[in-house]
Amino acid sequence: MPETQSFLKDFPLLAQSRGDRGRIVYLDNGATTQKPESVVQSICHYYGGCNANPHRGAYALSVQATDIYEQARVRTAQFIKARRPEEIIFTKNATEALNLVAYSYGLTNIGEGDEILITIAEHHSNLVPWQFVARARGAALKYIYLEADGNLSAEDIETKITERTKLVAVTQVSNVLGLKNDVAGIIKKAHSVGAVVVVDGSQSVAHMAVDVAAMDADFFAFSGHKMLSPMGIGVLYGKYELLDKMPPFLRGGDMIEYVGEQEATWAELPMKFEAGTQNVGGAAGLTAAIDYLEKLTFEGIEAIEQDLLDYALPRLRELPFIKLYGCDSGQNNKTGIITFNVQDVHPHDVATILDSYGVAIRAGHHCAQPLMKYLGVNATCRASFYLYNTREDIDRWLAALGKVRGVMHLE
Amino acid sequence: MNDMESIYTEVITEHSRFPEHKHHLEQANCVAPGRNPSCGDEITLELNVREGVIREAAFTGVGCAISQASTDIMIDLLQGRNVTEARRLAAKFIAMVRREITSEEDLEELGEAVALQGIADMPARVKCAVLAWHTLTEALPDS
Repeated sequence: MPETQSFLKDFPLLAQSRGDRGRIVYLDNGATTQKPESVVQSICHYYGGCNANPHRGAYALSVQATDIYEQARVRTAQFIKARRPEEIIFTKNATEALNLVAYSYGLTNIGEGDEILITIAEHHSNLVPWQFVARARGAALKYIYLEADGNLSAEDIETKITERTKLVAVTQVSNVLGLKNDVAGIIKKAHSVGAVVVVDGSQSVAHMAVDVAAMDADFFAFSGHKMLSPMGIGVLYGKYELLDKMPPFLRGGDMIEYVGEQEATWAELPMKFEAGTQNVGGAAGLTAAIDYLEKLTFEGIEAIEQDLLDYALPRLRELPFIKLYGCDSGQNNKTGIITFNVQDVHPHDVATILDSYGVAIRAGHHCAQPLMKYLGVNATCRASFYLYNTREDIDRWLAALGKVRGVMHLE
Repeated sequence: MNDMESIYTEVITEHSRFPEHKHHLEQANCVAPGRNPSCGDEITLELNVREGVIREAAFTGVGCAISQASTDIMIDLLQGRNVTEARRLAAKFIAMVRREITSEEDLEELGEAVALQGIADMPARVKCAVLAWHTLTEALPDS
């Protein structure tokens, strides 16, 4: 068990005291993580000393910017075990990456009568684009629902992946229930009927070792900002053979080969999918984030999150006014995301009151309205942990939770 | 902590727990839904307006204590008033939580709704407080 307190010093925002409330207890890591000093410095270093438009100018500075950008691609490919760097497309976030697949692969390869299969636990970003493709092409959008414990229904996986299924979209970890899905199993089943699989890695890639080759994902999307990087840099991994055949998503500068008055041809991968000037500073930050994570190792990170989970869950269960969601999985697949409600108090009021004690959690529908409806709730609270959280953070969160009903004049 | 006491006053928690006007209104002739999509507060405001006067009002929906209490208090205040008056008071309430009007004397006619004045210090919750009042302006016929 690493000494987590020591990581706080790497995160200037978390280490500073905020008046009476002291240091912030930041438990909204599912929404975005804080950034270590090394990531902040990498962005300053890029803009302070290396900034030029990559891939364009025939001068040393532009070459240096190109190197920083392409180095990020190489490091990202290694990080998720892609076979080659050209399989890494930089986007602005996971949402854009998933839309790229929907517009480019989906609209081209899905037709009338085909089926798209997704899970009821998807974030809107891996749900709304598939509603769009299904409508545009006259395809059916079907859902894998849940077992009582929140895991994906084994029966639905078994029966709903059929000859008609052309695409399956599934999150590796639910952003509400915090449960790891057996994506490799789903991919194997989907491939047996010739369907491609899009994996949303937004909640997994910062928390566990990801191997896109081993899981055999066709597409894998994630945001940098949920893994210590700046906002505005995201990643789409796609198998080379698939990406190569797909039409461009956005058209313009940098993504072309030749342009005539009436027609154009496209650059090779990955440039075909990166139109316009890209977020090189963000890519530099992503490299620094990967360096930071690899130094810690995912074994270390998982041990920290598991310890926080093991510390928090029994204490939460002792509080009679707390209802937990997704915390009774029988599959040993719970990650550091705890979704809960306080009896008779709306999640927004809970979040406001916790905030007054310096504890930041998320309240609302978590961009998963169909899941909320399926669970029969209007909104929930969510605490999500990361490597810099400590047992002291859990203590402060639980102590503040104990005050909530009193503030609302319920006790 | 202290600021919580000024937000979650008895007035607010009572109205949110026991809203007098939270029910369906059979005779409604002006109905408008109001939503805060980012947080999931949802109300449907139902009014019975005859000869330019709000004869009766009620609401249904789900949401946080602030949004629900604000709606209930608003209905208390506006039932029986004419449409022009209701629009004027709604504008005054919105101005209050934006801290454009602060004078106690000026705000007196808002009655219990003044309990929501402190929301002005919590930008993240202003939208909860104003939901009902914006919905009202949608629901009301032109005066």
